[in-house]
Amino acid sequence: SGERYALSASLDNARHLSSLLRAVHFQDYATCLATASGLRVTVEDAKCIQANAFIQAEIFQEFSVQEESVMFRISLSVLLDCLTIFGTSSLPGTSTALRMCYQGYGYPLMLFLEEGGVVTVCKINTQEPDELLDFDFCSTKVVNKIILQSEGLREAFAELDMASEVLQITMSPDKPYFRLSTFGNAGSAHLDYPRDSDLMEAFHCTQTQTNRYKISLLKPSTKALALSCKVSIRTDAQGFLSLQYMIRNEDGQICFVEYYCCPDENITEAEL
Amino acid sequence: LSRIGDELYLEPSESGLSLRAVNSSRSAFASFLFAPLFFQLFEPGSAGPDTELFRCKVHMKSFLGIFRSLPSLEKSVGKCLILLKPRASRLVLQLHCKYGVTKTHNLAFQECERLQAVFDTQRCTSRLCAPARVLAEAVVHFPLTLAEVTLGTGPGGKISLRNYVEEEAEPSKTMVTELWLAEDEFQSVAVAPGSHITFCLKEFRGLLSFAEASNLPLTIHFDEPGRPAIFTLDDTVLEVHLVLATLSDLESNSQSPSTNGVSHLPAPSDDFPDDLESYMVAMETSEGGLEGPPSPTFPLRTPRPAEREPEEEEEEEEEEGAVPGTPPHKKFCSLFFGSVMTPGRPGPATSQEVLAEDSDGE
Repeated sequence: SGERYALSASLDNARHLSSLLRAVHFQDYATCLATASGLRVTVEDAKCIQANAFIQAEIFQEFSVQEESVMFRISLSVLLDCLTIFGTSSLPGTSTALRMCYQGYGYPLMLFLEEGGVVTVCKINTQEPDELLDFDFCSTKVVNKIILQSEGLREAFAELDMASEVLQITMSPDKPYFRLSTFGNAGSAHLDYPRDSDLMEAFHCTQTQTNRYKISLLKPSTKALALSCKVSIRTDAQGFLSLQYMIRNEDGQICFVEYYCCPDENITEAEL
Repeated sequence: LSRIGDELYLEPSESGLSLRAVNSSRSAFASFLFAPLFFQLFEPGSAGPDTELFRCKVHMKSFLGIFRSLPSLEKSVGKCLILLKPRASRLVLQLHCKYGVTKTHNLAFQECERLQAVFDTQRCTSRLCAPARVLAEAVVHFPLTLAEVTLGTGPGGKISLRNYVEEEAEPSKTMVTELWLAEDEFQSVAVAPGSHITFCLKEFRGLLSFAEASNLPLTIHFDEPGRPAIFTLDDTVLEVHLVLATLSDLESNSQSPSTNGVSHLPAPSDDFPDDLESYMVAMETSEGGLEGPPSPTFPLRTPRPAEREPEEEEEEEEEEGAVPGTPPHKKFCSLFFGSVMTPGRPGPATSQEVLAEDSDGE
């Protein structure tokens, strides 16, 4: 019909998109930004935490954005429900094909999903995008950075003492190098990763920093950690935290999810 | 240990590290003594002439939380360091994991008195020893909700296990399960004929799972009803004791107290001492008891065929004419203070035969 869509994309396997979106699904609503490089889906909470899922244009079989960028707010819960409308369990060999179309401001997002000859059409309303937080986190401002193999952190994060209000992160060129601490009802717990651990892929710590973050805000990042093979942990001079997860999808393609978190202002005396 | 109490007592000594627990009614006590050889390193600290080795207790849940997932622990943890730091008021548990990762838990503890139940396996008249598997397979027939079970001895050296039924239970709504084990299932049997004891199954099950998992034979030392039953496991580096109070048998005929030097738990009085030390002193100085020991035999009754209980019998087909039909008045003696816990029941009821009828139409 010759209509030009502001955003139009095709994906042979909708899981490439849905699994990544799940890793940032800790709020109902998300902001989508589409540019020629790909799709970025952002979720925020409490003005303290922001998660971004990046799906590059190369992941899609087709990806075209008419203007410089297209941005809208959408219910992530509904989007995920639609993407997984044929079920979440993956039988070998079967996948859901996706075609996504968006006409522009004010129009709904259209999804065409097909599996085994069955087609479902979804129309999800979009909204005015909110202003997003800018953590102003760039590599020049990084004070401490480490890259760890996710395998070493997965269990630790899954078993974090949720009775603790905070997760305290210590990064230092000296012992304990990298330490995660919680302060729960039973007492404190510390998880130490030495700089020469096999899990440590990169260790660049210039200064000893100890920062605390609300554990309830960081807990959702466990999903991204579970999917990822590597994670980079960085802090800047203000104690802002950046977690970047490298995720390999079923076809071996690489995508990223990142979490940014502000340090907890309510400092109470910690036991170390 | 968590099946018994909410607090874990840690008592290091020259003979090793003892982990203990007691239940709230003081009718169950367990201790696991790990010999120094069990550990790669064992330093109990030094006790001065006036000071004892430091002891403490921690919340069971907090301690267990550290060892939450056994499969993942087995995969990733190399060794565990336990440090008791009295001055910092912390019990430190440090897990040394794969990849050089260290997990350190600092648990708050409370100081405590020495926890020790009063018992002596030497003074028990009866003793049974069986592979844990045999007892586990026997106990599996009883529902998980069953509170107490009666262990008895029968003719031909057979050992019975039967669920204990309370006297108030309605005969028509009660099911009785009884099973008999032949003497050859046991590694050793040295029992007083006709003896029986009733004890709490739930607390016993905990020990049984441990025994099965470690493939150790279980020994049961028991005496008259009302005296504690002691369950033990022995290994070169581990000694386990579980002491359970048993129901006393008030229906018995009074007989002269046995005079083999067994000291009886003092009868309860209104102002019985409620601290361990004076109780221990009282124990050592008491002579004879105020209650005669219950009769080791229980009344035999011949069931009338029309009302015979349709018992399920496993292991042995031989149905005994003798049915222990005297549910004792429920009185568990405390292992520690001699207090007798009586949940306000009426006096011993005349025995009633329990008839387990079909239960449809409930």
